[in-house]
Amino acid sequence: MQLKLNGEVRDVPDGVTVAGLLAHLGVKAPRVAVEVNEAVVTKDRYDAHALQADDAVEIVAFVGGG
Amino acid sequence: MSDDTWALGGRTFTSRLLVGTGKYPDFPTMKRALVASGAEVVTVAVRRLDLTKVGAESLLEWIPKGMTLLPNTAACFTADEAVRTCRLARELGLGDLVKLEVIGDKRTLFPDVEALVQAAKVLVKEGFTVLPYTNDDPVAARKLEDAGCAAVMPLGAPIGSGLGIRNPYNLRIVMESVKVPVLVDAGVGTASDAALAMELGAVAVLMNTAIAEAKEPVLMAEAMREGVSAGRKAFLAGRIPMKLHAAASSPMTGLIGR
Repeated sequence: MQLKLNGEVRDVPDGVTVAGLLAHLGVKAPRVAVEVNEAVVTKDRYDAHALQADDAVEIVAFVGGG
Repeated sequence: MSDDTWALGGRTFTSRLLVGTGKYPDFPTMKRALVASGAEVVTVAVRRLDLTKVGAESLLEWIPKGMTLLPNTAACFTADEAVRTCRLARELGLGDLVKLEVIGDKRTLFPDVEALVQAAKVLVKEGFTVLPYTNDDPVAARKLEDAGCAAVMPLGAPIGSGLGIRNPYNLRIVMESVKVPVLVDAGVGTASDAALAMELGAVAVLMNTAIAEAKEPVLMAEAMREGVSAGRKAFLAGRIPMKLHAAASSPMTGLIGR
């Protein structure tokens, strides 16, 4: 299925969970946060939250800023 | 002076200099500058993870342990974007402290105060400790205080401009107008600007570019630390009133040959 991931359309396994998506992408950093369709998905829900086609997913981290 | 502390959202701080983490030539320089600044609070931004560079060095590894992170909403142009960014920041940092920016103009990066107040109201309701970056406008400051912000942070000059404290009188009126701490955020170019902000009565000063883009960031961080400290001491000591004419420091009597 396709998702909008950080603004770009990407193919991911059907029904993948947030935890599965992060593993698929190779993201191990504990310091990321995930938003699906403009709502934060907290870390305790990564395993349970199954993504659906066309979901808008944002994965963010801290960067330098003022 | 060690008991001259200030508080924010239940935390107590000794340093009155808050520093950013952007624009440094490299992480090691940033780390040394952060240490030299003596800051206890450092700002960070929230951005999309670069999925092509997963596993790259993280900013957080270069921020000295024990420093309080203050995530910002830089480059957010709507209240909604800013609120979403704060929610993500809380999830990232496990803290409620946020520097709220809602920008209204790309060229000047002046805040959109109307949207700022809207966003502040939402965030306060959600339990955030909100520090809004705002104009040097006493009326806006009061609205932000009424919205429940923990402090107000008027600009000294546009972000990254280094123009210094452009309207010291407005800043003084802002400080008179609200009970919450007033931090001067943005515009500082050099140590005397930081000292001036503190002499006016600011509780603290927040800066990034002035240190990060100095020729010697670590040395400038040290200068800023001393500037803030000197300004704070001068404020507490109480400056003399300005007089138009001279007032001699040496006795005018007892002079020889008269």
